[in-house]
Formats: sequence, structure tokens, C-alpha cells
Amino acid sequence: MFEIKNLKASLADEDKQILKGMNLSIGAGEVHAIMGPNGSGKSTMSYVAAGKGGYVVDEGEVLLNGANLLDMEPDERAAAGLFLAFQYPVEIPGVGNMTFLRTAVNAQRKMRGEEELNAAQFLKIVREKAKSLKIDADMLRRPVNVGFSGGEKKRNEILQMAMLEPKMCILDETDSGLDVDAMKLVAEGVNALRDGERSFLVITHYQRLLDHIKPDFVHIMADGKIIKTGGPELALEVENNGYADLLNEVA
Amino acid sequence: MGEAKFDNPTEALLARHNAPRKGSDWAERTRHAARERTLGMGAAGRRDEYWRYTNPTSLNAFETPDVEILQLEEVPVFDGVEKLLITFVDGVYSPELSDDLSGEGLEISTLEDALSADIHWASDVFGVLETNGQSPVNRPFAALNTALAGQGVVIRATGKVSKPVALRYCRENTTSDALIHHVIRVESGADLSILENGAGASRLNTVMEVDVADGGSFHHLRAQGRDHTRLAMTHIFARLGAESHFKSFTLTVNGRLTRNDVVIDIVGGNTKASVAGACLGDGDFLHDDTIFITHDAVNCESRQVFKKVLKNGATGVFQGKILVKTGAQKTDGYQISQALLLDDDSNFLAKPELEIYADDVACSHGSTCGAVDENSLFYLMSRGIPRAEAQNMMIVAFLDEAIQEIENEALAEDIRARLLGWAERHKG
Ligand SMILES: Nc1ncnc2c1ncn2[C@@H]1O[C@H](COP(=O)(O)OP(=O)(O)O)[C@@H](O)[C@H]1O
Ligand SMILES: [Mg+2]
Repeated sequence: MFEIKNLKASLADEDKQILKGMNLSIGAGEVHAIMGPNGSGKSTMSYVAAGKGGYVVDEGEVLLNGANLLDMEPDERAAAGLFLAFQYPVEIPGVGNMTFLRTAVNAQRKMRGEEELNAAQFLKIVREKAKSLKIDADMLRRPVNVGFSGGEKKRNEILQMAMLEPKMCILDETDSGLDVDAMKLVAEGVNALRDGERSFLVITHYQRLLDHIKPDFVHIMADGKIIKTGGPELALEVENNGYADLLNEVA
Repeated sequence: MGEAKFDNPTEALLARHNAPRKGSDWAERTRHAARERTLGMGAAGRRDEYWRYTNPTSLNAFETPDVEILQLEEVPVFDGVEKLLITFVDGVYSPELSDDLSGEGLEISTLEDALSADIHWASDVFGVLETNGQSPVNRPFAALNTALAGQGVVIRATGKVSKPVALRYCRENTTSDALIHHVIRVESGADLSILENGAGASRLNTVMEVDVADGGSFHHLRAQGRDHTRLAMTHIFARLGAESHFKSFTLTVNGRLTRNDVVIDIVGGNTKASVAGACLGDGDFLHDDTIFITHDAVNCESRQVFKKVLKNGATGVFQGKILVKTGAQKTDGYQISQALLLDDDSNFLAKPELEIYADDVACSHGSTCGAVDENSLFYLMSRGIPRAEAQNMMIVAFLDEAIQEIENEALAEDIRARLLGWAERHKG
């Protein structure tokens, strides 16, 4: 379904490789978690997969249902079914959240040759989904993420994910900075999207998110690579002992 | 070719326009004085402090440029609202294309008619606000306009005017060189909206003198047409009494050269003034906003909000001044000018000025210039929005602070739609 094959990527401005041969394979309907020390390249991996500028792919492929995402523009990757919930969602003054959501949903539908949603259809769906994420009308009216609290931004990411119904969701530290209640909301939002087909890659530092979103596999990333893969117990090990032992193991 | 005939460029300026129909003595005296003023100050030149960024040569030239008339399929700007429509064709009032000159809450006539009558209030405004606006900076095109303009409207708002007065400037001749002069008085407690739309002429020179009495409200919304190579030199001279409101917004797209001067004197306390503009230029485009706001009364607020989107070598100029006189305490002055440069060829020249002689004031000003934010663009694209569309969303978002200065939501939406239309036509 989603595969990263021997991905090597560097910063465009500096001669510095961040991803150093990353491999990952996620089947349909699976939930994978990636944990790893700060600076190991987790966000870089998600940006490179989503097509952010500023990186050069030196080698490798990122495949979604067999198609190489790296050949596509970011919007095409989204239409192909990739979604990235940003670690730091971007504030966009002047663009209404609702306008943004509707433009995005319809742009994807158009690219896929589906009929666009009219205002009424869209409103009905967005209200329903926003309600379950406790996103009020005011948040929908305001400019994208402007003046949103940390938790509101993350919930807004999940709302976008719910509206766009992607095939492959990457969540980059969606739990960071959230209190327990907000984290539960986010986890419920994610779980509501689990349908046996949709796949998830959850980047996190904390076991507690994985109590709510149960992963099938846990990967440890360090220095631009996956250094260890295991079941949910691996997350517990990190929670109890940190990364030091795991890093020493490979070294 | 024509220049050689004249001793100096100022005489060429005065000679290129036909004399207007003769008015009453008072009007002719005003015109004569304006003529002398024009000769006294001389034509605008690159050495003048406020013509350093914008080259006035094409405005000064004896010859009028041949400017292709843009035939538009679209509904004219502001067409959706109920209005009193007044049409000028190549700068000449067209009764056939205009509504009857009458309306609830206002007295209205053509400039020709008003200047041949003895309208007491008009003689206190016509050429008077323009003259006040000549200091400390010369504005020869305005003096020229007062001296020679024969066309325009004269409006006195006496109450709540039921619908806006819409001035539509059409073109038929590709080499028209028009002078239009409007004289407006908003009486105490009256409320008037003026809409202006269209390029108007190959080379257009307008003056609007607006005298707002205590407690009056004036709203002005303007779209300067889309004809690509037209030239425009516009002026607004406003005098604002106590507890009055003044708002002016201008949308400019295209045009080879547009210079919009706005001179506002706040003479009564507790007054609010806002001047804003959004402009979009692609290629051979120079747009210059030159704004002077003088606070000479206590507890007044003024805002200048100007946003420019530039590409393919387009140039934006902003010269904005807030002058706070001694005694104008509790002044709240805000000024922002920003340019969004869509490529490296375009440029933005800004000269923000604050001159403050009172001690208890809050004035802020800022000027920025930059490219579309890549992070925002990526965020939008990562949700499936194609690059061009995402960039257009960013353009409209960038301009939004200026659009928000428009009070009427329906008109603001019309402007937003025009901006987006332009962005779509010029995308990539
Ligand atoms: N745009 C960038 N400019 C400079 N350094 C970067 C940039 N993006 C990532 N890096 C560097 O790449 C490494 C990996 O960062 P990141 O992917 O954010 O790690 P993680 O998400 O695992 O904490 C770090 O050393 C970081 O400083
Ligand atoms: Mg990170």
C-alpha cells in the first residue's frame, strides 16, 4: 500500500543528508508508529513524502499503491490519497478555514474526476465532522489556524483529514503539546477513520497516544533510518528505558 | 513633436486641453488663479521630492498615448447595487447613458451647470481644497485640472442619500485626454457614497474635492478599469469636520501608469478617516499611491492600508505621510503598505513618513515587501490545492486587510471577486 524504499534525502541548501536509506512498508488498514530521538529525520521523512521544497531526494522511492509519489506535485500526492497532519500546522491569515477546506475537498475531487460538492452538501458534512472533534462554528469561520491554540490546530488537522478521506495518513507528533482530553479527542478522530483499508503512520514520542491508537507495528528511527521494528511492546520499552539502549544495540 | 512649440513644459500642459465652457465670474476667477498656480509651480519633474519614484514624463507629454480600448464581457464593477448612475464617455458627461440628476437626500448637477450658477457652497470648495492641498507639496496636475476641467459632478448631500452615486467612466476614443473635476459637500449628519468605475480615458486626470461637515459620512469606492496601457493621475482632496467619517478604497489592476494622490485634512475632533487600496500589476505597470493625512484636531483616527501584488517587472510605489500638528492630541494614526512580489523582477518603493508635533499620540507605520510564503503555499498544496490556485488564495489573503476597510460587505465581495478574476487571468 505505502512503501518507502531506500529513501535518501538531503537539505537543498546544505550538503547534509538527513534520510540515509529509510525503508518502511505499510499494508492496507495497518497502523504503524515511528518513534525516535529528536533530529532523527521523522519530520523530514514526512515532508519528503508530501513533497515539501527544500529537500533533494538522492535515492529511493515513496510508493502509494504502486505509484511513485516523488514524481508528483504536492497537490497530486494529496489527490492520490496521501495526507500529512503537520507537526506545526501553518497559520494563513486572510484565508477562511471553511473556504480552505472546501477548496481542498473540491480540488481533490476535481483532480480525481469526481463531482464537486456544492456549498450545502459541503456544509452538512463539515458541520457533522467538526462537531465530533469539538470544533465550533467560530473556528471554521476564522482564518486557517490563526489564533488557534495548540490543541485547536491539531484538531483542525484531524478535521481536514476527515474531510479529505485519504488512503494514507501520516500524523507527525499530533499528540505533542496536547492535554489528555485533547489527545483523546484526536485519537477518537483517528480511530473513527479506521475502516480496514485506510493506513496510518503515527509519529510520536509517547506511549500514551498508542494506548488510544493501537499500532500494529512500531519502528524506531535514528539518524535517518529505521533501526528496529517490533510490535506495540517496543513502544513500552522506549517509554520505560528511553532510546539509549536501542541505539547502543545497533551501534 | 508638439513640445518644441512651447517655451516650457508647463505651457504645453496648459495648451493641450481645450478651454472649458465659460462659467460665472467666481468660477472663472478660481480657474484663472489655478492657471497662475500651475505656471508658478511648473510641471512635475523627477527632481520633485514626490516624483522620484514615478516618472511623470508620460503625464506631462503633449501627445496623448494611443490606448487600446479593452472590450469586456464581464458585468461592470458595482453593477449589482442600486445606484444613481452617471456616465462619462472619454471624460465627457453623457446624459443619455446617465440617470436623471436627482435623488433622495442630495442636490446634484454637472460641473458645467454648477460653475455657471451662483452656488454659494460650491465656491467654498471648488479649487479651494485643491489649493489647500498644494502646501507643502506642489501638485501641478491638480492645479491644471482646476484651471481647465469642464466636466464632472457637483453634489451636495443634505441627508441620508438613499443610493450611492455611481460614476462610470467609459471609453470610445483611443487617444482621449480627459480632465474631470468633482465637487462634493456632505452636510452635517448626511451620508453619501460615491462609486467610481472605469479607466475613463487614455490619459485621465481627476480631482475630487470632498468637504465633509461635522457629523457627515463619506464613502468612496473606486475601480480604475482594466485597460492595459492607460495613464491616470487622480487626486482626492478632503476636508473633514468634527465627528465625521471618511472612507476611500481604490482597486487598481493594469494600467501603464497610475498615480493616486489623496490629501486629507482633519480639522474637527473625533473624526475617523481611512484610505485603502489594493493593486495588482503584471508587466508594464507602475502604480503610485501618494497619501498625505494631516491631523489638526484632537482624538481623531486615520488609517492608510495599501497592498500591492506585482509581477513581471511591475512597480509599486507608496508615499504616505501622517502629519500631526501641535495640539492634535490623542491622534491614532495607522499606516501600512505592503507588496507581494510574485517574482524577482518586480519592485516596490516605499516612503512612509511620520511628522508629529503633538506629544500624546499613537502612530504606527509599517512597510514590507516579500514573496509568497512557501510554507503556506506548501500547506495549501498538501491538501490537494494546485499551485496556481493556492497562490491565488494567498494573493487574495494578502490583499484582505485592505479589502476589510470597505464597509459595505456586498461591495467588498464584488471587489474580492474582481481580484480573484485578475489573479486567475494572470496566473502562473
Ligand atoms: N529545513 C531545514 N533546514 C536545516 N536543517 C534541517 C531542515 N529540516 C531538517 N533539518 C535537520 O534535519 C535533521 C532532522 O530533522 P527532523 O526531520 O525535523 O527530525 P525529527 O522530526 O525526527 O525531530 C535535524 O538535524 C534538523 O536540524
Ligand atoms: Mg519532527
